[in-house]
Amino acid sequence: MNTTELRETLLDVRNLHASFGGIAALHGISLSVIANSVTAIIGPSGCGKSTFIRCLNRLHEEVPGATTQGEVWLDGQDILSADVDPVTLRRKIGMVFQKPNPFPAMSIYENVVAGLTLAGVRRRSVLNEVVEKTLNLAALWDEVKDKLHHPGSSLSGGQQQRLCIARALAIEPRVLLMDEPTSALDPISTARIEELIGELKREVTIVIVTHNMQQAARISDKTGFFLLGELVEFTDTSVLFTAPKDPRTERYITGRFG
Amino acid sequence: MKIIRKRRDIHHGDRYFYFLLKGLASGLPLLLFLIAAFLLKASWPTINEFGAAFLFTQDWDPVGEHFGVLAFAFGTIVSSLIAIAIGAPLSIFTALFLTELASSRVAKVAGFLVEMLAAIPSVVYGLWGIFVLAPILRIHVEPFLGKTLGFLPLFQGPPYGVGMLAAGIVLAIMIIPTITSVSREVFRSVPQSYREAAMALGATRWEVMRIAVLKTGSTGILGAVILGLGRALGETMAVTMVIGNRADISASLFSPAQTMSSVIANEYAEATSATHVAALLEIGLVLFLLTFIVNSLARVFVWRASLGRSAR
Ligand SMILES: Nc1ncnc2c1ncn2[C@@H]1O[C@H](COP(=O)(O)OP(=O)(O)OP(=O)(O)O)[C@@H](O)[C@H]1O
Ligand SMILES: [Mg+2]
Repeated sequence: MNTTELRETLLDVRNLHASFGGIAALHGISLSVIANSVTAIIGPSGCGKSTFIRCLNRLHEEVPGATTQGEVWLDGQDILSADVDPVTLRRKIGMVFQKPNPFPAMSIYENVVAGLTLAGVRRRSVLNEVVEKTLNLAALWDEVKDKLHHPGSSLSGGQQQRLCIARALAIEPRVLLMDEPTSALDPISTARIEELIGELKREVTIVIVTHNMQQAARISDKTGFFLLGELVEFTDTSVLFTAPKDPRTERYITGRFG
Repeated sequence: MKIIRKRRDIHHGDRYFYFLLKGLASGLPLLLFLIAAFLLKASWPTINEFGAAFLFTQDWDPVGEHFGVLAFAFGTIVSSLIAIAIGAPLSIFTALFLTELASSRVAKVAGFLVEMLAAIPSVVYGLWGIFVLAPILRIHVEPFLGKTLGFLPLFQGPPYGVGMLAAGIVLAIMIIPTITSVSREVFRSVPQSYREAAMALGATRWEVMRIAVLKTGSTGILGAVILGLGRALGETMAVTMVIGNRADISASLFSPAQTMSSVIANEYAEATSATHVAALLEIGLVLFLLTFIVNSLARVFVWRASLGRSAR
């Protein structure tokens, strides 16, 4: 992988609007996500962070009454257009949620391969290989290799979240969306997942929502600050946290509102 | 002073109410026990006389005083299993449709109508079975099944209309409300986050239902089905009217049969010998134990399903 590739835009969001039953939640967001980087989204509660990343895998439109407008370009295609099948799209754009949600009636193994079995992969040897590889990627293999057939819900919260990361990675998505993936976890699990994110960006492009500004500062390359459904500022993380251009950004990162 | 007195009165009222409730709450299980004890005592003559043979013989001869429950147990169990085979998939898919696909208005109306099925008196189902279902089975369905699937023993023999198949179908309709409403509760209690997890992995609508809803709810669904089974096992009136009342053990679903509850309903009035009465009561005891076990099992599954989730 060379440096020019590292600078390439993978996801290009142009003038994205989203609403819930007529009430606008996003007002024209435009930003570019660079391949194999970590992009953090910060902002006060209710500013539209979740709505934003749920537009990127078109999960937003599954909410009754929700609408989306604008364009999101990936691989030369506007993924919001009507002729893109959301089901196929979601194999390219994985997601990890705020609350760990491994399928409770499935084993650890079945959870990891859930996406592959949906895609019709049945060969045991292939599945075994993927399980070992992705659990290693998610830094969980050593802890679970002897109990792959135990229920996913038997793990600790932090382990469950890494299992969910493995589940998302197993179908080799181009982009991994993470909505406050550590907000339900203890500091040690959080540190592990932050470390993991740093390693994962070699494999996948990450967009992460976080409430924790230190976390954004530690792990991301670029940060966007959202306020009331608008993108106030989007720039290199080091710049945003040291020399923000917008006074609202400055007030937020110095903890004066939100 | 006055205010305090008033408070005390309320307090006393509470105490009486508490004792009343406590009495009722402990009285009801006692009632269950008393019924079991009564059945045991009343059927003691035949338990004593026939022992385990009562359970494993199919002779039913009030004149010669030979009694065995096997044919009736067969009728009860097979008609209930037919009911489950037909009713469970229908109910589960109805519940799935109502919770996952239907708009909330449609779900409300359709859900209400399905639950109204439970309000129809059993004897009305019986009448419908005799005058509508049985003729259709005799004239159309059974001859057709005999022609197409007649190589299976299940579908051989003359089409009577009334019989095992008719009883199974009527029971299926009667247990649909139970299984549907319990399954709906089970599906509704599946957290949205599992559905979203499945969608985010590229699951189609049906796949979301399969891996996130049905699979997560499987224990609860099993409970719902067993609850339906419990209801089918004990149903008397409608079955008595459509099953044909012949104590046969036949492989054919077309042939008449008889269930434990229908033989009791048919014969208790004319049973004169003490042994005959005791034999009928022993059937009651067997049926009581069977439905008790099945219903307890169902509760355990439904309870485990909801517990598993609230613990998360
Ligand atoms: N299902 C919904 N129906 C209606 N309005 C919604 C729904 N979900 C979110 N909203 C509204 O959309 C706006 C943006 O919500 P969103 O969940 O994207 O915020 P957020 O930035 O992720 O907040 P948090 O940090 O609390 O997770 C909020 O005003 C919220 O009230
Ligand atoms: Mg959010």
